[in-house]
Amino acid sequence: MEIRFRVLFLIIALVTMSGCAATKNLFGFGQEEAPPLSAEPAGQVIDPEVERREIKEPKIDREDFEVGGFVGIMSIEDFGTSTVYGARIAYHVTEGFFVEGTVGQSEAGLTSFEQLSGGARLMDDDERTFTYYNLNVGYNILPGEGFVGEGRAYNTNFYLTAGLGSTTFAGDDRFTVNFGGGFRFLFTDSVAFHVDFRDHLLDIDILGEEKTVHNLEAHLGVTVFF
Amino acid sequence: MLEPSTTTIPLTSRRSAVSWCACLVALVLLAIAPGHAEAADETFRTVAVADPYLEMHTGPGRGYPIFHVVDRGESVEITMQRTDWYQVRTGSGVEGWVDRAQMELTLQPDGQEVNFEQADMDDFTNAKWEVGILAGDFGGANIISLYTGYSLNPHVSVEVWGSQILGNFSNGWMGSVNVVHETWPDWRVSPFFTLGAGVIHTSPKSTIIQGEDRNDQVGHVGAGVRVYATRRFSLRAEYKSYVVFTSRDDNEEVEEWKLGFAFFF
Repeated sequence: MEIRFRVLFLIIALVTMSGCAATKNLFGFGQEEAPPLSAEPAGQVIDPEVERREIKEPKIDREDFEVGGFVGIMSIEDFGTSTVYGARIAYHVTEGFFVEGTVGQSEAGLTSFEQLSGGARLMDDDERTFTYYNLNVGYNILPGEGFVGEGRAYNTNFYLTAGLGSTTFAGDDRFTVNFGGGFRFLFTDSVAFHVDFRDHLLDIDILGEEKTVHNLEAHLGVTVFF
Repeated sequence: MLEPSTTTIPLTSRRSAVSWCACLVALVLLAIAPGHAEAADETFRTVAVADPYLEMHTGPGRGYPIFHVVDRGESVEITMQRTDWYQVRTGSGVEGWVDRAQMELTLQPDGQEVNFEQADMDDFTNAKWEVGILAGDFGGANIISLYTGYSLNPHVSVEVWGSQILGNFSNGWMGSVNVVHETWPDWRVSPFFTLGAGVIHTSPKSTIIQGEDRNDQVGHVGAGVRVYATRRFSLRAEYKSYVVFTSRDDNEEVEEWKLGFAFFF
């Protein structure tokens, strides 16, 4: 019983003392015990030991442009088939859409008439250079992966393109519409191989009456994203 | 070995073919070489995953399968961005592609949210520079145009145009300078009025015997719309009425309609 009373008294004593301690400053007691910080300016109460970190985030490398060259064959209607060289630049707007500019050059051969007639030539050698530029819009379809063996996968996709431009051939600039498609094989995330097929349509009157000709092109290309 | 074809005479000079090939190889090598060099010491932006998980796709597109998941709290390095996809690398070296929506839920090393710059309607209204390509009809001929514009303020911009005109009877070039006024530049479909002057060079086609090359001055007024499409991409349609100040008795009037797209930055 006594132990219980002692415990009770002790608790009461503790509570009162702690209560006094808590209310001491409230009622103005114990001002003499005020901490010495009042002597110092308020600004230096807390002296931050930690220096603020100045973080300058590195810029993210954007690789939306694709640039490269191609080589292939081009069939110039009535003028045979010959090699075509060119360059292309593309800007990928979204994962689907891209815009593209291409330039290319090929050399026209002889028409059947020129071969059969012997010496007669329809135009000079200079005029036989077939040079074009195109501005196209493209859309990536069927994105996927190609697997080489068990442990390697490469991203691939097919794309469709259509656009317009100009072709310099037979002494004149000619408005040209082109459309086609291709296959892009990403060897790494930044280097791609292309297989492209294009049809360049233009009006030409070199063989008498004006007609629309189809100039089919197939080429292999390499591009780099940057 | 290349054999001379029996049906065509090889007119391509070998030297030009070789130089083309050399250029091509040099271009490719030039582009590939720094790629490997900079990978060694480049520092990448690091972000911590704040969402329950971060899904890594095998390619930068919706259809590519998710092959790896990064848990909340782990950090990833952003090695590259392509369109709206980010290539990230985990601490253990796994690389994959994450879309913008998920990347926006990551945090910087100091705990702040990451701000991935993305062009929006505000940029469409306030961007300083614009480059575009348009094509259409110029008085019955085909026309392909390239322009660069600089905004003096959201309402007024100055543009420089270069056009190639490809007609049935003549071809030509035209260069002009325009002032463009947009009344409501903050609208998604923003109408504009334009006024400008320039020069036009016309040369008759080689199959037409008569006629000679001409240079004339042109003045024009026009109107059109700019339409915000997506990201930094906008569409543009316009009508212009040209007066060609010829050296003959009468001036020529030409109407032009064009449609195309532009990038602003």
